[in-house]
Amino acid sequence: MTMKTEALTGGFAEPVHQAQGVFKLMMDGMARPGTIQTVGGGGTVPPAPLGIAAGAIALTLCDHDTPVWLSAQLASPLIADWLAFHTGATVTQEKAEARFAFIEAGKALSSFGLFSIGTQEYPDRSATIVIEIANFENGQLLSLSGPGILGTREIRPEGLPDAFLRLWADNRVLFPRGIDVVLAAADRFVCLPRTSKITVREI
Amino acid sequence: MYVAVKGGEAAIANAHRLLADRRRGDRSVPSITIEQIAGQLGLAVDRVMAEASLYDRSLAALAIRQARGDMIEAIFILRAYRTTLPRFGTSRPLDTTSMAIERRISATYKDLPGGQMLGATFDYTHRLLDPSLLTDAPVEEPALRQPDDEVSLMRVSEILAQEDLIEADGELPADHVTGDLTREPLEFPMSRDLRLQALARGDEGFLLALGYSTQRGYGNAHPFVGEIRIGEVEVEFDVPELGFAVSLGCIQVTECQMVNQFKGSAKAPPQFTRGYGLVFGQSERKSMSMSLVDRALRATELGEDITAAAQDEEFVISHSDNVQSTGFVEHLKLPHYVDFQAELDLVRRMRRDFEASRQAGNDDDFMEAAQ
Amino acid sequence: MDTAREMEMTPGGKDERKRVVDLLAHADRAELSAPWENLQPKPEMYPVRGPETGLVMVRGRIGGGGAPFNLGEVTVSRATVRLASGAIGHGQSLGTDREKAKLAAIFDALWQQPETRDFVENRVLAPVCARIEQHKHRNAEEAAATRVDFFTMVRGDD
Repeated sequence: MTMKTEALTGGFAEPVHQAQGVFKLMMDGMARPGTIQTVGGGGTVPPAPLGIAAGAIALTLCDHDTPVWLSAQLASPLIADWLAFHTGATVTQEKAEARFAFIEAGKALSSFGLFSIGTQEYPDRSATIVIEIANFENGQLLSLSGPGILGTREIRPEGLPDAFLRLWADNRVLFPRGIDVVLAAADRFVCLPRTSKITVREI
Repeated sequence: MYVAVKGGEAAIANAHRLLADRRRGDRSVPSITIEQIAGQLGLAVDRVMAEASLYDRSLAALAIRQARGDMIEAIFILRAYRTTLPRFGTSRPLDTTSMAIERRISATYKDLPGGQMLGATFDYTHRLLDPSLLTDAPVEEPALRQPDDEVSLMRVSEILAQEDLIEADGELPADHVTGDLTREPLEFPMSRDLRLQALARGDEGFLLALGYSTQRGYGNAHPFVGEIRIGEVEVEFDVPELGFAVSLGCIQVTECQMVNQFKGSAKAPPQFTRGYGLVFGQSERKSMSMSLVDRALRATELGEDITAAAQDEEFVISHSDNVQSTGFVEHLKLPHYVDFQAELDLVRRMRRDFEASRQAGNDDDFMEAAQ
Repeated sequence: MDTAREMEMTPGGKDERKRVVDLLAHADRAELSAPWENLQPKPEMYPVRGPETGLVMVRGRIGGGGAPFNLGEVTVSRATVRLASGAIGHGQSLGTDREKAKLAAIFDALWQQPETRDFVENRVLAPVCARIEQHKHRNAEEAAATRVDFFTMVRGDD
């Protein structure tokens, strides 16, 4: 079936420069966990409900060699076609095969366990999970520490999946294996590499 | 230990300038064009494409010109170029039965359906230098003959298969994911699909020598060329936005089916087994060598003893890539001043110790003699 | 674009569209640029993707018909364009000629519009098709001339 026009539009207007720009933001974000990165509009209009930041990250990092897993609301033929046309990536039903996963806002998470965590020899063969949340202002105050953070850094993500902090603690134990997370809200994102420790700050 | 050393910039810049001059050569002679290389040195272009693992005649011709005809350098340049491009996807597997045949021969069946077509071959030439090529003498147009109506050019393996005397085409388990050595590091043991990918881009000279070694008794080979076919095949690619596979155009490939007598083992009955060769462009020698080595590397699968180099996949596959080989061999010419200083120091010390102990020995002898 | 509109814009369905796209992939640069020069008026068009050059990994099969393996890559250039009418064309072919891929995409889109389809059929596709057929036939004739006609020598009786 020929793709619909909506699947063919809304990509980067200038793929090389925009992808380089977002890649730089991702590198900065991963190097400095907890900092808020803003991709801006730039004409990127991913099909709903995929957010602008999540869509820009997909356009930047996904390609033919990175199967993508989508949560229920994102797993529409339109989004699959959009990813296929603009990045070459295919959507997989198998979490274990996915190099990237995109999870809609408000989705309950029971475990990261089925996603690939890499191996002791190749810890890079793991999944990066992009989770859409509500915003970075109104949530619970969390304190991050670890590589890339001098002392601690605070974030206030609203709309984290309920079990997230427990799942994250389980994930850190696996080091050097483990998944990496990107929290995305509209056109902004925050990176949480597997090395970051998260503690709840009592106010 | 590595120490950064500066000071070579001017020398390097001038060396590159000299290289460009030597590449151009005598300015009173017209410079060679990419079209001339692609059109008149076509087999050199084929070799570069096959071993660079990138099919693009113009780019391969450019690489040959840039490398002054150094084939491995040209292969290196083209390999480096391919890493700058994104991969759109994977083609449908080539259908070599529907090849537009330019050459097709068999050493096992004289009268195979569709006949034997010699094509543009060096076979039966006398390998005498041809002075007529010193001048730009006119060349005859090829002879023409009405082709048979659409004879399906069945593979020789299909003829033997009718008697159940040959193994099937190589199948892998249904859940096997096709490996790609450009994406994952090599691991041994290796499945046959990955070995074939490595051999298809492997160095022709290395594979030729290994194939030759199997014929001379290093390994267990009784090979016959079941069939060699050269011609153009369509590259079909699934385009998601269209929802069906489209043709991207045609490429020329050489396919070799090497049939091997096999006495049988605990794992398989006596029958003919096969080695397979498939190479970009017109590369008959390479495809034959590839099929010999492919068969030799199946020793474990067929329950044969591993007695020779050509049967040892770690040895063969680890050393078949000439870009990798040249990188490691040629790195030896790079500055190793500090390493060498350390070695020099070590050898001086060992020599001092050696001289000292010999001196001591002489003194002992002297003492003994005196007593 | 709804399904009904797609069907309207893809006359003859998948097989017809494939014939068009395949022929455009086989066209030489000149076979596309010459009719493009002659086309009046030129359509307004908007780039959707590319033109861009990349790689496609070509696969073979073990033994010719067995399990797939990766043979090596080919360069491929491709483009997607949209015309003012909304027709979207895709062009892709071997090599690094991005301009050719763009022209192929434009003609693919023009073929989908009833008012320009005949132009594409007659001025672009027909000449390409004829040239390919002639090339194939010529190559087959040249190969056939090198076919060996074996005959058995009569053996002496004594």
